[in-house]
Amino acid sequence: MTQLATEQTIWDKNESLPREELEALQAKRLKEAVARVYQNVPFYTKKFDDLGISADDINSIEDVRKLPFTVKTDLRDNYPLDLLAVPREKLARLHASSGTTGKPTFAVFTQEDLDTWSDLCARFLYAGGLRKNQFAHVAFGYGLFTGGFGLHYGIERVGAGVIPAASGNTRRQISLLRDLNTETLICTPSYALNIAEVAREEGLDPAKDLPIKFGHFGGEPWTEDMREAIEAELGITAYNNYGLSEVLGPGVAGECPCRNGMHLQEDHFLFELVDPQTDEPVKPGEVGELIITNLTKQATTLLRYRTRDLCVIHEDVCDCGRTTRRMGRVIGRSDDMMIIRGVNVFPSQIEEALLSVEGTTPHYMIELDRPGNLDRVTVSVEIQPHMFSDKMTEMNMLKRAIDKEIRTITGIGVTLNLVQPQTLARFEGKAKRVIDNRFTKEELEK
Amino acid sequence: MKIQQLSVFLENKPGQMAGVFDILGSNGVNIITMSTADTEQFGILRIITREWEKAKTVLEEGQFVVNLTPVVAIQVPHKPGGLSSILAIFQKQNINIEYMYAFPCAHTTEAVLIARFEDPDAAIKVVRESENFKALTEEDVFKEKKACEIQS
Amino acid sequence: MTAALDQIAPFHPKSSPDYLPVDQLRQLQLQRLQQIVQHSYDNVPLFRKRMDKRSIAPSDIRTLEDIQLLPFTVKTDLRDEYPLGLLAVPMKDVVRLHASSGTTGKPIVVAYNQQDLGTWAEVMTRTFAACGLHAGDVVQNAYGYGLFTGGLGVHYGIESLGATVVPISGGNTTRQVMLMKDFGTTVICCTPSYFLRIIDKANEMGLDLKDFPIRAGVFGAEPWTDSMRRRIEQLTDIKAFDIYGLSEIIGPGVGCHCSAQEGLHIFEDHFYPEIIDPETCEPLPDGTEGELVLSTLSKQAMPMLRYRTRDITAIYTEECSCGRTIRRIRRIGRRSDDMFIIRGVNVFPSQIETALLNVEGTLPHYQIILTKHNDMDQIEVQVEVTSEHFSDTIGALERLRKKLSAAIAEIIGIRVNLRLVEPHTIQRSEGKAKRVIDKRAEAES
Repeated sequence: MTQLATEQTIWDKNESLPREELEALQAKRLKEAVARVYQNVPFYTKKFDDLGISADDINSIEDVRKLPFTVKTDLRDNYPLDLLAVPREKLARLHASSGTTGKPTFAVFTQEDLDTWSDLCARFLYAGGLRKNQFAHVAFGYGLFTGGFGLHYGIERVGAGVIPAASGNTRRQISLLRDLNTETLICTPSYALNIAEVAREEGLDPAKDLPIKFGHFGGEPWTEDMREAIEAELGITAYNNYGLSEVLGPGVAGECPCRNGMHLQEDHFLFELVDPQTDEPVKPGEVGELIITNLTKQATTLLRYRTRDLCVIHEDVCDCGRTTRRMGRVIGRSDDMMIIRGVNVFPSQIEEALLSVEGTTPHYMIELDRPGNLDRVTVSVEIQPHMFSDKMTEMNMLKRAIDKEIRTITGIGVTLNLVQPQTLARFEGKAKRVIDNRFTKEELEK
Repeated sequence: MKIQQLSVFLENKPGQMAGVFDILGSNGVNIITMSTADTEQFGILRIITREWEKAKTVLEEGQFVVNLTPVVAIQVPHKPGGLSSILAIFQKQNINIEYMYAFPCAHTTEAVLIARFEDPDAAIKVVRESENFKALTEEDVFKEKKACEIQS
Repeated sequence: MTAALDQIAPFHPKSSPDYLPVDQLRQLQLQRLQQIVQHSYDNVPLFRKRMDKRSIAPSDIRTLEDIQLLPFTVKTDLRDEYPLGLLAVPMKDVVRLHASSGTTGKPIVVAYNQQDLGTWAEVMTRTFAACGLHAGDVVQNAYGYGLFTGGLGVHYGIESLGATVVPISGGNTTRQVMLMKDFGTTVICCTPSYFLRIIDKANEMGLDLKDFPIRAGVFGAEPWTDSMRRRIEQLTDIKAFDIYGLSEIIGPGVGCHCSAQEGLHIFEDHFYPEIIDPETCEPLPDGTEGELVLSTLSKQAMPMLRYRTRDITAIYTEECSCGRTIRRIRRIGRRSDDMFIIRGVNVFPSQIETALLNVEGTLPHYQIILTKHNDMDQIEVQVEVTSEHFSDTIGALERLRKKLSAAIAEIIGIRVNLRLVEPHTIQRSEGKAKRVIDKRAEAES
């Protein structure tokens, strides 16, 4: 890793612009973005008019604080495409992520946006050792989820060979990695550990017998302990990256060879860190909620999007030569969203599934753990008299129906437990529905 | 002719079954016969008792989910081929049995089959029309069991 | 949205090689054949060895008919040369790899260089143009993405056409319908049986696809019939087009329906078709039914010479009313081996055997039953329970059932309905059980 730091690892000159130049570029792009949404997105036109502001008021990056926040429910309220800032015919791609209920949140791209996206993913892939003459194995699911495609096109942009392995069938993934002598692995950090574990079961020594040298992991929270475990188990250098489909997908931030925080791609986004309670900026070095403004995205331009992700931002200059600031790992959320096997899931979605099968919402509880390094979700549902039958087949059908509805709404499979009434914990006031046993706060902050 | 069966939802973990019978025992409920069906995660306990109304109330008070299901009790000869001959009749009449269990009376020549049918009335009709079998009333079943108890 | 569509310049199909005068097309084919034979001979040891053995040199290919001098390539060659023994370019030039399931669980790997990806996007664009698609269309791609060539092949074609790609991949039918409605999908790409499933799901949701903006479907990856096509068209008021392709050759994009919907045009400037007698391997004239053999004329990373597809079809002798000069093959109805295609996935009985063997240690009696339920292909694997693994708890039997079905899903990539049956209930004929019972055609008639 330190060897790489001395090499040329910077993909784009914008990564190392002098700060004044970078900030001038941000200010210019911010003004353009504001003018663009004011003209094309009625949602923002109205908000600006209500606040009595226009693009004329936005002349520096600090002026971003004059702008209103955008929140996840704004995306739902403007479903499907009322936030579009270009004519629909200009859309080259449509992705989606989970909404807070059964309706997804769309993420849309023009051809220009796709080019930017590929470039931003190429930046961190290249920083992390990927080169033209290598292979990269993408074990993210493809589909509406942005993870797989962002990385896929980023690899293409670098000019390396893509192996679109997608998810599932770990043994086959291992034999492909070995047989094709693949250097770079791309997946969620927990899946990397699962690959190591399955390789061991197959009688292999993953650090020796797997050819991978670099890993780019993201899509879910992880810890420094996990990084150490992955690096030791697989014998690789592991890099962290960050993104969310509302503003782009992967490529919003990524590590350099110094691996002391993820470089924020400040030429394409404006980042702020606020106290989620007061909405005021946090003091330097303090944890806050990451707020992102799209500077260049054409299809949709979100202003001050509240990611609900909690992290710190490092302002000091990095040794790698990049001038961009760096975000620390995401150490928590300011809402109840769970990230399960890289998929965003809200408890409200589970509730909706139960309601649609049962007609009522029974008492339920969601428990998360990670046996064999794979996220497991156990949903326990208290059985009610109208749900119960003396026939096993009917009980099994009920179970399957709930299972299927949860899968339809959230996109993930869960272990469903039917339990006896009054056996799940009750809480005063707001019910605590989720118990996350995957890792502790201390582990995340380390 | 149909008799009431209690069905109880049970999680498949230690102590669940004991919980049910503790409640029934301490409330003076005597069980004539029972059966369980299990899956990996939960089971269904099916109970025949004279005091089914009381049993249902006390189990529900103990936070169990309880259903009442009409089942049919059939007296069959307690000898090799006894069961198979009644099943042959059902098969011939195309009557489907959802599940069944049985209890014998020691030292007698009869046994009682408890069965759940998709169409219990049709099943009862077939039994009545047969020569060697008898559909039992609730009273019969409990008397039957009593006879067993005395003799054993 | 429809008004705006008219202002978008459509793809100009007349400028594509689909309409080349026949003599020019043959000239182009010969030139490309000579190049690809030379390229294969120079770079692929297997091809060189086989040609040397027959004393054929690349320079012996003087006419298109001379292709018959070349040895055949078969599916097992790809397996034997796994992973990249058939690679004809340096490894560093490979920019994409795909894989499909092989006969024994070992996958078959296919490779592409930058030029091949360009060719693939081109033939897919020509496919979509032949089906009447254009920039501005919203195309929902419900083929599976990943190592399977279907998803990404179609994806890049839509992209290069300039339409909007919705890369939804397979599964979650409710979401497919919701998206189709909410986002205003104009074209869907998936297997025909999956589309019938989508129609049903829409009905269950109280929706009628006739009310949706969707106007065309590009269906492939499994055999289907004209009556199924007409049914889809009646139920939804869309035009249903058939496409043909296979990973060994390029993926989807080998051939497609045109507006005439009568036979599938083969993109012959890239893939040279022959029909042979599958028993004698003798070439058969156009119009006669036999096995389709394809040679790639331009593929760089992994060229295929006379690849035996095992698909039974015939080449049309008449010209197509659409004006394309590239020849057409009849819709693929059956295959010449025991492979079956279910929901677009190629499955061999031997794969199921491998899975059962992995779990059981010994091979139990089993049978594969293919049916159609609500127009979706259903696969049931019946396995006889033996006394060794019978348990009196339902839980243990359930676990066995899950284990077997997971093992099968892991090898073939799709979930099967696994049913444990009593010993000796699976019919045996002359000691050997008939392994595959395909009842799908019955359901349709």
